[in-house]
Formats: sequence, C-alpha cells, structure tokens
Amino acid sequence: MAYSDKVIDHYANPRNVGSFSKDEPDVGTGIVGAPECGDVMKLQLKISDDGVVQDARFKTFGCGSAIASSSYVTELVKGKTVDEVMKIRNTHIVQELSLPPVKIHCSVLAEDGIKAAIADWKKKREPAKTENETARAS
Amino acid sequence: MNGKGIYMDNHATTPIDPRVLEAMLPYFGDVFGNAASRSHPFGWEAEKAAETGREQIARLINAKSKEIIFTSGATESDNLAIKGVVEFYKDKGNHVVTATTEHKAVLDTCKALERKGLATVTYLPVDEYGMVDPDDVRKAITERTVLVSIMYANNEIGTINPIGEIGKVTRERGVLFHTDATQGVGKLPLDVEAMHIDLLSMTAHKIYGPKGIGALYVRSKNPRVRLTPIIDGGGHERGFRSGTLNVPGIVGFGKACELCRDGMADEAQRVLALRERLHDALFSQLDEIYLNGHPVRRLPGNLNVSFAYVEGESLLMGLNGSTSPIAVGQTVMPIAVSSGSACTSATLEPSYVLKALGVGDELAHTSIRFGLGRFNTKEEVDYVAERVIHEVRRLRDLSPLYEMAKEGIDLKSVAWQRE
Repeated sequence: MAYSDKVIDHYANPRNVGSFSKDEPDVGTGIVGAPECGDVMKLQLKISDDGVVQDARFKTFGCGSAIASSSYVTELVKGKTVDEVMKIRNTHIVQELSLPPVKIHCSVLAEDGIKAAIADWKKKREPAKTENETARAS
Repeated sequence: MNGKGIYMDNHATTPIDPRVLEAMLPYFGDVFGNAASRSHPFGWEAEKAAETGREQIARLINAKSKEIIFTSGATESDNLAIKGVVEFYKDKGNHVVTATTEHKAVLDTCKALERKGLATVTYLPVDEYGMVDPDDVRKAITERTVLVSIMYANNEIGTINPIGEIGKVTRERGVLFHTDATQGVGKLPLDVEAMHIDLLSMTAHKIYGPKGIGALYVRSKNPRVRLTPIIDGGGHERGFRSGTLNVPGIVGFGKACELCRDGMADEAQRVLALRERLHDALFSQLDEIYLNGHPVRRLPGNLNVSFAYVEGESLLMGLNGSTSPIAVGQTVMPIAVSSGSACTSATLEPSYVLKALGVGDELAHTSIRFGLGRFNTKEEVDYVAERVIHEVRRLRDLSPLYEMAKEGIDLKSVAWQRE
C-alpha cells in the first residue's frame, strides 16, 4: 500500500507527541480504541476556562494512518473553541490525509478521541460548578 | 544489499538464483518447441529439457520422475490434490482432515468443498508452537476419511510438523496423505518414501526459481493415487493436468531443486546462523518481545516476533523506507519484511495462524515475520537489527500502551472502548 505524502510526513515527524498529567483540571483526556483491534489513541487537550484549546498532545498505538490521523488532529484543534472542535468530522481528516477506504476507521477513531477528550474536560468542570452553586445556595 | 534495499521476506518469494536464470535463458530463445510435439526435433529437444527438470525435482524428494505433475504453482497443486482426491474417491468417503494453521490454498479449497456439499472437513487444532499432534490425526480419521492434508513447514511461523509420524498414521489407516511442502522443500530433508507421503505440493519461486511453475507429487504405487483432474484438455501429465508444458519454467525449477539438493546442509546451517544472530540482537536489546512458533523445530530462515505495544504495520512503514526517521543525511535502506497485523490485510483481522497458537489479538497485531534466505548476509542482519531496534523504541515512545504498561497499569483490566 502506498501512503500519501502527508501520512508519511506525520508518521516520520509526528506533531505534539506526549502526555499531559491527566489530573490537571484544564486537561481533557480521550482514550479510544482497543489493543486487540490494533488501534489505541490517547488524545489530550488543554482547554482554557473560556473554552479555547490551548494545547494538545497524543500517543497512538496503530498503523501509520492512525498515527498520522491523531498527529493531524492535534494540530487542527489548537486555537479552536470547544464548539468548533465538536464540529470536526472524520471526513475532513480523510480528505486532508488522502486516506484510502480501508483506513477510514483511523479517522473515525481520531474524531472519537477528540470528542472523548472534550467530554472528559466537561465532566471535570461539572463537580466544580456544582460546588460553586452549593456554596452560593448556602 | 542492492539499490532497492534489503530483502528479508523470503517466505513470500525468493530472488531467482543467477544460475537458475542462466539455465532458463535458452528456452526463451532457440529452444522453443512444444514438449508434446512428438514428430520433430523441436519438440524432442523441449521434451528432453522438461524430462531433465522432472528428474531433478523428483530426486530432491526421493520420488520417481513420472510421479511429478507440473502445475502453475503450489496453490494449484493444493487444489488438484484435495479436490482431485475428494472427487475421485467419492464412493469411498468424503471426509478430509486438515489443520487450522494451513495455508489459505488448503483451507479455502476445503471450505469450497464443504460449501458445495462435497466434503466434510475436520480442522485440527495445533499446540502453542503451531504443531499438529499425530495422535490427533489418528483420532480424527473415520471410515469416511479419504484424505489427510497437513503442511510440512508453516509459512508464517516456520513451525515444522512431524509429517513422518503423520505419514505413518495415515499409512496404517489406509488413508491418503497430502502435504503442502511449499516452505519446506529444498530447505529441509524430504523423502516421500520414508515419510509415507502420497501427494506433495511444491513451487519453484520459494526456492530461488521462477514464478508460475509448481508441481504436485502423485504417488504411483503402494498405493497408486488416483485423481480427478481440474483442468481437462490434451491429456498432458498423465491426464492429471492438461496444458502445454512451461518448458523454461520447468528447466528453472529443476535447476533450483538441484542447487538446493547439493547445498542443503551448508545453506541450512548458514541461514540458521543468520537467523540466530538476528534473534540474539533483538532479544538482547529490546524488552517485551516474544517469539512466535517453535524455538527449535522451525525453518532455518524464519523468525516471527511480536513487539508488544508496537502495531505491526507502523513498524513495517518505518522499515520499508516510506520515511527517513533516522538522522538526516544518513542513507536509509528500505527493509522488506512482513507482518501478521490486521492492517496489512483487507479483512482487518490479525493473523489466523497466530490466533490458532493462542497468541492474543493484541500481540498478533504487533508481529513481524523475518524470512532469511540464500542471499542475505551478516552485514544485512546487523543493519536490520539496528533499524528494528531504533524503530521499535521510537514507536514505543509514541505508544499509549507502552506508557500505561510502564506505569504499571494492567492493560487487560482496562475497559477499552471497542469499535
């Protein structure tokens, strides 16, 4: 199988590799996929209080297209608002990286990964909000 | 090493030996006759060349030359052996015994017969090393069994089956024994008499010969094996396989067999030493890597390893030269190996062979098959080891699973989000 130049570039020079501490309140972590399926992506977003993605990190176990898909989305989300990130579709990744049909699941996983990260960030903020509200009420 | 890189995928195919090519060349030129033309010297010369090839092939497996039937390759040989026996002996029975780790050429042929209602098939399990137990074969044989088909050496993991013992069982029970010996021929000793083999598939391109020519050994007596042909026509090859003989291919196949026979012991020793060198380099420098297949009873040139936490196709991509992840300015040689990863197949299922051994899917996805052969060198092995170690370390730095494992998280306890 021949890879597109962009897949090769992201595979050889992956952007934003690494990890944030999961415990940071402004970090949302999404881990998607399963080892026995051959793909696991960990995507982490650092999001400001006003809901803008400040920074992103990833680690991926998977084929070159999975690595490229996750590397590319970490670039894509930076500076975007949470609402904008939620609108990212896998088809955009497919187009950007020229993924063949057999690799579309890699782009789906990357989309799921950033959404899971945002869900995690939102969940982290919920108890804080509840605490404030509780404080106000008392 | 050549301009295209390092070839270590010798189970897929092998480069043609220059001595084989040299032997073939005249048969693309002046000597063009049809081996079946009995009435003129053009035909006689072609026939003589084909018969010499047949003898060279027969000698390698201790058969008689008339017992060699030419085909287009091992897939056709497997089809002819299995379909041919099931069809011819249908009054005797319709049961076939084979194993789960066989090549697709055997498995899919069996499945096609089942689908058509022409045979019932028992697929024997294998042990953790991929070996078939002759006792299981004995137990699986029934009154209705017409054929046992068990491969000699496995194409993915290199495990060598005890076919001599299996042959003893089938002979005792009066059942025909076919072996797909594609990977073992020319590399391991083979004797159809001593091993009680009745049918044997082989192909030239795995032994430094040309593609498109293979053979099926069909025992001519004690017992005489009968087959219903798949390809009908002019009655060539004792009626088992019609079609004008591929004379240049046969000449090359014959020469390839002769070279294997003359150099087998030396070559096996040399290739085994290279394999062990590669094994030792990888296992001494990388943690959490696992050998797939039997530690000793395996093809000299086969090394199949799971590199935990590194997906196989991503490792192939780093090795095959799609990228230059090593320091800028350094020449990166493409390395040709293959993977049991799902991502290299259209089905997205990891290797069914590794699955049959009980290797978990998560490790099957990380497996790489190295196939060493006649033309590999010590320098190539050292270079490949260095590159593999470098790539595995790089990809583990990228792997969330490696990170989690190092943090002491039991990956089996994680609630994964499955697709």
